[in-house]
Amino acid sequence: MKNKPLNKRDLSISTILYRIFTFLGIALTILVIVSIIGYILITGIPNLSADIFAWEYNSDNGSMMPAIINTVIVVLLSLIVAVPLGVGSAVYLCEYAKTGNPLVKVVRLTTETLSGIPSIVYGLFGSLFFVRFCGFGLSIISGALTLAIMILPIIMRTTEEALLMVPIGYKEGSYGLGAGKLRTVSKIIIPSAMPGILSGILLGTGRIVGETVALLFTAGSVAAIAADITKSGRTLSVHMYALSNEGLHIPKAQATAVVLLVIVVLLNGLSAVVAGKLTKSKDKESK
Amino acid sequence: METNTNIPQNENTQTSQKIKMECKNVDLFYDKFQALKNVNIEITENRIMSFIGPSGCGKSTLLRSLNRMNDLVEGCTITGEIHLDGQNIYSPQTDVNNLRKRVGMVFQKPNPFPMSVFDNVAYGPRTHGVHNRSELNNIVEKSLRNAAIWDELKDRLHKNALGLSGGQQQRLCIARALAVEPDVLLMDEATSALDPLSTSKIEDLVIELKKNYTICMVTHNMQQALRISDDTAFFLLGEIIEIGKTKELFTTPKDKRTENYITGRFG
Amino acid sequence: MRVHFTQQLDELNKLLIEMGALTEEAIDNAIKALNDHDVDLAKKTIKGDGQINHYSRVIESKCLDLVLQQQPVASDFRFISSALKMVYDIERIGDMAADISEIVVYISKKKYTVSNQIKQMAAETKKMVHDSIDAYVNKDVEAARAVIAYDDIVDDLLLDIKKELTKEIKKETEGVSQVLDKLMIAKYFERIGDHAVNIGEWVEYAVTGIYKGDY
Repeated sequence: MKNKPLNKRDLSISTILYRIFTFLGIALTILVIVSIIGYILITGIPNLSADIFAWEYNSDNGSMMPAIINTVIVVLLSLIVAVPLGVGSAVYLCEYAKTGNPLVKVVRLTTETLSGIPSIVYGLFGSLFFVRFCGFGLSIISGALTLAIMILPIIMRTTEEALLMVPIGYKEGSYGLGAGKLRTVSKIIIPSAMPGILSGILLGTGRIVGETVALLFTAGSVAAIAADITKSGRTLSVHMYALSNEGLHIPKAQATAVVLLVIVVLLNGLSAVVAGKLTKSKDKESK
Repeated sequence: METNTNIPQNENTQTSQKIKMECKNVDLFYDKFQALKNVNIEITENRIMSFIGPSGCGKSTLLRSLNRMNDLVEGCTITGEIHLDGQNIYSPQTDVNNLRKRVGMVFQKPNPFPMSVFDNVAYGPRTHGVHNRSELNNIVEKSLRNAAIWDELKDRLHKNALGLSGGQQQRLCIARALAVEPDVLLMDEATSALDPLSTSKIEDLVIELKKNYTICMVTHNMQQALRISDDTAFFLLGEIIEIGKTKELFTTPKDKRTENYITGRFG
Repeated sequence: MRVHFTQQLDELNKLLIEMGALTEEAIDNAIKALNDHDVDLAKKTIKGDGQINHYSRVIESKCLDLVLQQQPVASDFRFISSALKMVYDIERIGDMAADISEIVVYISKKKYTVSNQIKQMAAETKKMVHDSIDAYVNKDVEAARAVIAYDDIVDDLLLDIKKELTKEIKKETEGVSQVLDKLMIAKYFERIGDHAVNIGEWVEYAVTGIYKGDY
């Protein structure tokens, strides 16, 4: 066989087609993102004004401040419930349960099913169970608990994946030194899986922030800061939904969209920074 | 080869002949698969015992049975007795964590924890209840010195251990194992992932450690077994085919299968 | 199966056989030259020793290469280390044949007779050399032990020759210097036997791992 000259590149039809398609894909994706963000910014920024950050909501100012604070409360409450449960069950599934244990199969199947359920179903469940059956009424706590159930599968699955990624050598090293299971899990396995767990938590947070329909059924849409968790209150997304639904405050809704966008971007950025920091401190000197 | 008393003898003239660990009729199963068949072996104190044999012959399995690391493997059952200082480590009274403190292990792939050098070495002592800072300082320094890596790491104690080279990581892992003051050190192909220079450093270290510890190692490198071990056991298909002084086993093996394996005419 | 290593070992064996054949031929020629007063043959034998020495260097370096490259263990180790030691003995046997030939050159002008015992000794030692190298090649420990035992016969022959030569000196049938030369020749043959015994001992070590019955 003759050697081909090194400098000549062989561009076949398939290579060219492949390049065109990948380029088109990238172009389309960028176009979609840029136009959405552009639309939100262009329509929203002119409508940003001081009065939409007023502490009190009234139909004139359409303030989103109560909604922002409610959002924070809902996020915190949901996480307080979902994170220990999700991380705890993931740790159990990965580290304690024996493979082939029927419970493990049931739990895995359940979480997979749960993660595929549309949020309206969670909303209905929350409304029937927390609002009616438990008697919490339309309240922040009902909404937070409903959302906690909704993000539980996300946190569990990401945590499980993170735990499975922990090198077996860490565990062996710890057990080999005479450390027990509890110590190995708490000092070695969970810290090593921390970036993955955190990214799961942030993913869950993102879903909470963006959720509307499930909250409409459970937390209601009162446009004031919830005095306590048994009171109804609307989060930012619900606020935006309500504004645009009423049809009277479209410019306010557009301004809210900008704020929501900023919050989501900040959250994503934060998750990237946190995960990056944790992994970086690991291989800081690995060069 | 004249046996004149004035001529220094090559043979290892180790006086201590105390049996540190002993396996009696050990059978081990992974589910239905029998990985060890009636293994009987005595590991003498302050000597280096190496296990050799083809892959899957059970040598690592036996090594991991000596500190019950096989307990972590599901479906693993073991019968027979393994004694440490005359005490059966598989008896229900045995505290596994305490056993693993006394029988330390170094693994094939260096596996420092993702934390600082200091915390890596201090992990074992902390696990076993040492929290006094100055005491920990002493233990860390002593362990790192014993692992012949103190001079390289004394200025980097609080840097992340994952930033060390492979050879340094492995010596750190040895230091980490030494920090809990074990009696026996198990090494599972501890140099197979390292370059020749790091390997020879660890080999020197192991010979040095022999004075205070009993060492048992699995190796695929027969020259390494020949270089550093006092006794060698040859495994095949879960059985110990031959066991004896390393020099004798490698010059005049008694079993044809040993001969075929070590001369590379296996199978 | 380490094909290359096996080939290298075969090559080593082949070289040892060739070297052995050369030394046997040298012994043959030395005794023939002595018998026939053949100075040319004696000189040729002396010259031939250079080739034997060359073989010994080649085999030595081959053995060292094998040790370096293959890090032989067990029987491979024993065979290669035996070859390394044996080659010295074979080389010395070649030297002795050359030494005998030198004596032949020196005394061939003079009148002397060669007794049957000396001829027999030459034949016996040649057989010992041949058998010992055969034993190595065939890994035959029995043959090696036979060579070792055979040395007694050669030693006895030397004593007989010594007595015979003492008689010759008394009878003054030949010059004293010829008789002494013949004694030297007999002694050389006896030494050849000793080296064959050494080879036999190395063969025994190679096969069994036991050297001269110790350890």
